[in-house]
Amino acid sequence: MISRRHFLLLTGVAVAAPVEAQLPPNIAEIRKAALQEAIGKVVGNAQVRKGRVKLDIPPLIDNGNAVPVTVEVESPMTQADHVKAIHLFTERNPQPYVFTAHLGPRAGKAHVATRARIADSGDVVAIAQMSDGSFWQENVRVIVTLSACLEEGLI
Amino acid sequence: MLVAAGVAAAEIPLAERKSGYEFMSRETRAMQDDEVTGPAVLTLLDGEALWGKLGCAACHANMKGVAARYPAMVGGKLTTLEQQVRHKAPQLGYESRDLLALTAYVARQSKGMPIEIDEKNKSHLEAGKAFFFKRQGQLNLACSQCHDDNWGKKLAGTPIPQAHPTGYPLYRLEWQSVGSITRRFRNCLTGMRAELLPHGAPELVDLELYLMWRARGMTMDAPAVRP
Amino acid sequence: MARVVVNVPAEAKKGEVIEIRTLAGHPMETGFRRTQLGELIPRDIIRSLVCSYNGVEVFRAELHPAMAANPLLSFTTVATESGTLEFRWSGDNGFSVTEKASIKVV
Repeated sequence: MISRRHFLLLTGVAVAAPVEAQLPPNIAEIRKAALQEAIGKVVGNAQVRKGRVKLDIPPLIDNGNAVPVTVEVESPMTQADHVKAIHLFTERNPQPYVFTAHLGPRAGKAHVATRARIADSGDVVAIAQMSDGSFWQENVRVIVTLSACLEEGLI
Repeated sequence: MLVAAGVAAAEIPLAERKSGYEFMSRETRAMQDDEVTGPAVLTLLDGEALWGKLGCAACHANMKGVAARYPAMVGGKLTTLEQQVRHKAPQLGYESRDLLALTAYVARQSKGMPIEIDEKNKSHLEAGKAFFFKRQGQLNLACSQCHDDNWGKKLAGTPIPQAHPTGYPLYRLEWQSVGSITRRFRNCLTGMRAELLPHGAPELVDLELYLMWRARGMTMDAPAVRP
Repeated sequence: MARVVVNVPAEAKKGEVIEIRTLAGHPMETGFRRTQLGELIPRDIIRSLVCSYNGVEVFRAELHPAMAANPLLSFTTVATESGTLEFRWSGDNGFSVTEKASIKVV
């Protein structure tokens, strides 16, 4: 009787195993620090103010593999006053970056929508970088639930 | 939490039946409704391309209503939609990307139509029903205990749907791809710590027939999106 | 096999802000998953999407492993003139796909 593990090896199927089992006990602090470092790389020493950014993400997530996210920023989007870039970060993923969208006056509106992977409950941060050098953010705390009856890699 | 053994499980009254869609969050429903950039769209486009490449149109004008009538008797054998789709393309393996794409494309043609399964395949229907109500596995759990008796309640934070197969093949966010109802059964059997039946197992074909009959008259909405 | 979907309105009024929706078929393997034997599955993702409008870049996104599989990106641009929008996705392992869409601006 062939074991399932042996069978998977024979068929060459790469099966994902949960990573959590190998992580250090202070992983939450490590990831929070990584998030701050990533934000620091984007904003430098500038102060990041709350406001103007609208981060639309469900507060209770069915499944973290594909989470619809929309970021909109209040801005006239003129040559003189526009959003240069929108950055999205997470607190609890293995690395903090999600995407950076470079906009400009040709965008007409500062609006980007996508689907992100959110590994665990925690903060999701959207930062808008403006043409005048200022930075604005919104921060949403989400809860990620897991679907029932799963088996990693089982087809 | 669960119904004690010996108490007859109550089937869901016909008027109270709801598609799994109604148990999903607003955002997950929006992903299913997105016909342009939803997660199953690329699979549908692949299916459409395969339909042309494999020459299916040589015999089949269109597939409207077909998925709503499966599993069905073909050549004296109860056959699922996937099995029938393979009939001239046996090289397509179960759960292969191509078979899923083609099946999703065929199933999509029945979107909005009512499921049409009657009671004529009585022995298969009874076998499927018995499987649904049979306690099995290390947890001694029957499908009916979650899906008839406790639908709407939460299992580990997720709502338990009524288990109507209106949306298969579907994009399961957990799989990050489209998959068949048999794959979903195998996930459940694993969760129940019961015997993992293989693709094509007659018990699972009978179960699929029973579930489609249980959902008779409900609206097809394949390919659905579920967590 | 379908690799990308691009949704651009066929026609728009001059100055109108139009919505563009794109979808790319790609597993976006994060590089953090492991096989049952514990081996790391190497990262394989789309790293960028660039949109040009009659040759001028109007949108650029850098993507990271935290983007969902089959990445969707939706953004806006001003309909300035009739012409062609060109979309270029590029990523790991030489992944490169280009798609064009025409727009008539009245």
